[in-house]
Order: sequence, then structure tokens, then C-alpha cells
Amino acid sequence: MLKDTFTLAGRLIKHNLRSPDTIITVVLMPIMILLMMVYLFGGSMKIAGVAHGDYINYVLPGILLITIASGAAYTAMRINVDKTSGMFDRFKSLPISKVSVLGGQALASVSFMLISTGIVLLVGVLIGFRSSASVGAWVLVGLLLIGFAITITWLSVPFALAASSVDGASAFSYILLLLLFVSSAFVPVTGMPKPLHLFAEHQPMTHVIMTIRQLLAVQNVGNHGWLALLWLAGITLVAYIIGLRLYRRV
Amino acid sequence: MEAIITVSHVQKRFKQQVVLEDVSLNVTAGTIYALLGANGAGKSTLLKIMTGLLAGDQGQVTINQLPVTENLLQVQRLFSFSAQAATVDDVLSGYENLVLIARLRHVGQPKAAAKALLKQFDLLQAKDKRVADYSGGMRRRLDLAMSLVGDPEILFLDEPTTGLDPTSREALWRTIQTLKAQGKTIFLTTQYLEEADQLADNIGFLRDGQIVATGTPAAMKRLAGTDQLELLFATAALCQQARLVLDEFKPKMVDTTGLSMPLTEMVQTTSAVLTALAAADCPPVTFKVVTPTLDDVFRKLTKAVS
Repeated sequence: MLKDTFTLAGRLIKHNLRSPDTIITVVLMPIMILLMMVYLFGGSMKIAGVAHGDYINYVLPGILLITIASGAAYTAMRINVDKTSGMFDRFKSLPISKVSVLGGQALASVSFMLISTGIVLLVGVLIGFRSSASVGAWVLVGLLLIGFAITITWLSVPFALAASSVDGASAFSYILLLLLFVSSAFVPVTGMPKPLHLFAEHQPMTHVIMTIRQLLAVQNVGNHGWLALLWLAGITLVAYIIGLRLYRRV
Repeated sequence: MEAIITVSHVQKRFKQQVVLEDVSLNVTAGTIYALLGANGAGKSTLLKIMTGLLAGDQGQVTINQLPVTENLLQVQRLFSFSAQAATVDDVLSGYENLVLIARLRHVGQPKAAAKALLKQFDLLQAKDKRVADYSGGMRRRLDLAMSLVGDPEILFLDEPTTGLDPTSREALWRTIQTLKAQGKTIFLTTQYLEEADQLADNIGFLRDGQIVATGTPAAMKRLAGTDQLELLFATAALCQQARLVLDEFKPKMVDTTGLSMPLTEMVQTTSAVLTALAAADCPPVTFKVVTPTLDDVFRKLTKAVS
């Protein structure tokens, strides 16, 4: 099963590498947002506990998640294209484990998301991001980003399989981006109006961002770490079950 | 001959719509079976159930005596499925498409297998070209080549020539006939009666979710009746006179100057008719023998079911 999963993931990685618009959207767009946030708005941001000129340290975790969310649009699009073009039927008619078809999609998607995230992180370092976090904290951040990428990838599966068109399939990433904007990605949630504050404080994106931010700032993570893990595990499980059910029906 | 594929009392409905009512058929090893039917008759649904891509509500499909649903991975090693639209990866080259399928079928030397199939299907020159740049005929050839990776015994082809130009269609027919000569069993669906006539050893007519007739193309044509002798006369008066002369042959008026009658014995009846007409001094301008086509069968069956 693993061999088939790697073979199918290899196919999709070729797709990504041969698609310049994917690279532009998934890698360049988050870099542009990062540069814009830091150089256009960063100087005017006054956030408690964040020194002037340190906004890059505050905003980078959110930008890393935006990078992963942008990649999810392409994951959903590719799954939908395989569904509508009949490629899934061809794969499903082969003597291979049926899970390996979606597994290949997931592996390619997570790999591409993590490579893009690495590039965006590197740009962040080049423009001034600094952290005195230990290797252990960096490993935890890395694992959390992998977990987030896996969750977002599996979340894209039911949307992609249920959508009747490519446009519909990729549109779900806008929901993710919206959730990121209504979180602590760019500004603290405490400054938001009450209803938004309540929503933003408890939604999964905030917990993931806060965990990464606190780990990199060598601060106490509090309950954010556990809550982030619970959210990610729960969403992944539900999306996986629904995704497999839909996959068997298409 | 032993049936390699059996379909027994398969039923399928989508919500309230009955797509397959009660379908049973057998396919003999090494033959071509053509499932004929109009759009929406349920051909693709039946094909998906036969290949395990879709679960039927009732009934059973066996391949090589193994029930498909209970032995899916085992039977999938015996067959390959080619969907209605050529399911090829547009972003990859033809060579990469074949290597991909060869790896998934765990073929010993995937690259060598891919090159051999590219050569067999006359695609070697375009092997590194992206499939998005292939013509419709090339895509179909590649699709069929992908179905042959791993040398499966049985091929399921869903409307293999739909959308192809006549030249590409005939080329694909030749390929399918070659595959049959190599001992493959081929189950194909088609809307084209001519295609079934050219290729199939056995035909099944699917209509409204039921097989309404099945048999060899020749037997199917006999369903439409015997050969007909058609005579054309110079004037309506001569035609009327001939009708009286040929009364014992049960002629029917085709139009004001044409007659048609059944030919039970081709040579004797034709000879007797022409002799009688010559003796009565009302010879035809021309005559021809008309053999029923599958279109006639289809029309007759459609009318009967209606």
C-alpha cells in the first residue's frame, strides 16, 4: 500500500512542479502578504508585549498557516479534477488499496505545503524574524505544522469530492483564509468586538497560532497546545471518515 | 465454451429511478461482447457494477467464477477498465502515464513495459509529449495502451470510439480485433450498431434497464426478418401489374413504383420472380436484395418494448 501511495504522490508532485500558477499562489502570495504586513502595517501596529519592530515575530506564525491554507486550494482542485476526469475510476479499477489513492493525494499535498512553509519561513528569517527557541521547541513547531497540514489536507477531501466543479472545490480555502483573518494571526483577539472576540478566541486557528507563537517566543503555551491538538485530531478524524465515505461513492 | 463473466439478476436504482431492472448475461472467454443501448440506458452503470466500481442493489457478477464484490482485488488483477472519456493524465507525457500504471500494477520492468506499449500503439514518437497536446485518437490509443499494462485477460471498454473521427474509429476497431485474436475477452458498450456488427461475437440490447435481446449479430439481424427483394418499376401502372403477377410471393408496395417481398431462398426466389415478370412483359428497371441491419433490429425491438 505504501509503495502505491508513494507512486501516486509522485504523480501529483510532478503536477505541482509543472504548474507555475501553483507555485505563485502557494509560495509567492504568502510571501507578499508577509512583506505587506511587516513593511506596510508593521510600523503602525501597537501590540501589548510586542516591541516596536518585532511585528515580524508576531505575524509569522499566522503567515505560515496562510501558506498551508493556500496549498489546500490546490489539493482540493486536483482531487476534484481526478474525480471529474475519471482518473479515480481508473485508479479504483486497479488492484491497489483504495486508501492509497487518497493517501497519495494527502502525501503530495502535505509535502508541498511543508516545502512552501519552509520557503516562507526562510524569507521571514531574511527580513528579521528571530527566535531563541530551543531545538525541542522548533521540533514541536515543526510537528504542529505537519499536523496542521495533514488536517487541512484531509479537510479538503470531502469538499473536493462533494463539489461539482473545480471552482467549487477550491473555494473552500477561502473559508480557511477567513478563519485565519478572524483569529490572532495579525492582531490580538482582545481588541475585536465581543462576538468576534469570543469566536476568534476559541476557534482552532487561534490555538494553533498561539502555540507556535509562544513556543518560538519561549513563552508558556498554556492550554493552547492541548486545545490545538484536540481540534486538529478531531477535524482530521471527521474529515477522514466523511472523505472515505464520499470517495467510495464517487 | 465456458463463461468467464457472468451477470445474474443485477438490479440498481438511484433514489426512485430504476436504472437496471434485472440484468443477466454471460460472456465467453476469448470473445467480444457488445452491450448496445441508447444514452441513459444504463450501460455505464452496468459496466461499473461489473468492474466493482459501483455496488449493485441485487444480483451478482462473477469473473473467472469469483464473485466480484467479495474478491475485488483478486479479480482486478484479471481485468482492466477503460472509461467513456479517455482517462489519461494530461499533465504527464504518454510514457509517464504508462509507467505510472505499470508501477501501480506492479509490473516487473515498468519502463520497458511502457516503451513496448508505446511502440505497439504507434505512440513512440510522441512519448515525451504532454498528453494535453495529443489528438483525440492518440488519447484513445494511449488510454487503451494503459488498459493493457500488465497484460490483463479481460478488457472492459466503455464506449471506446465515442467522439473519434471515422479513421481513428476504424483504427481502434482493428486494434480491438487484434486483441481478440490474441485471446483477450472484451466487453464493450456502444451506441453504434455498426460497431457492434463489426466487432462483436455476441450482442446484448439494453433498454430501460433490461436486456431485451441477446445473440450473435447474425441472429440479431434475423430478429428483424428475412432478406427482402426490392424491385423498382418505370411507372406506377407497371408496378401495379407486377404486384398482381407476383401475388404468390406476397409483395408489398414500397411506394408507387416499388415492390418488396421476402426472400426465403435467395437464388430460386429471385430467379422465379424475374422469370414471371419477363413472361408478363413488365420487367423491373432495377432490383436489389436488402439484408436487415442491426438498425432494423434496434428499431423493431424499440417498437416492441414501446
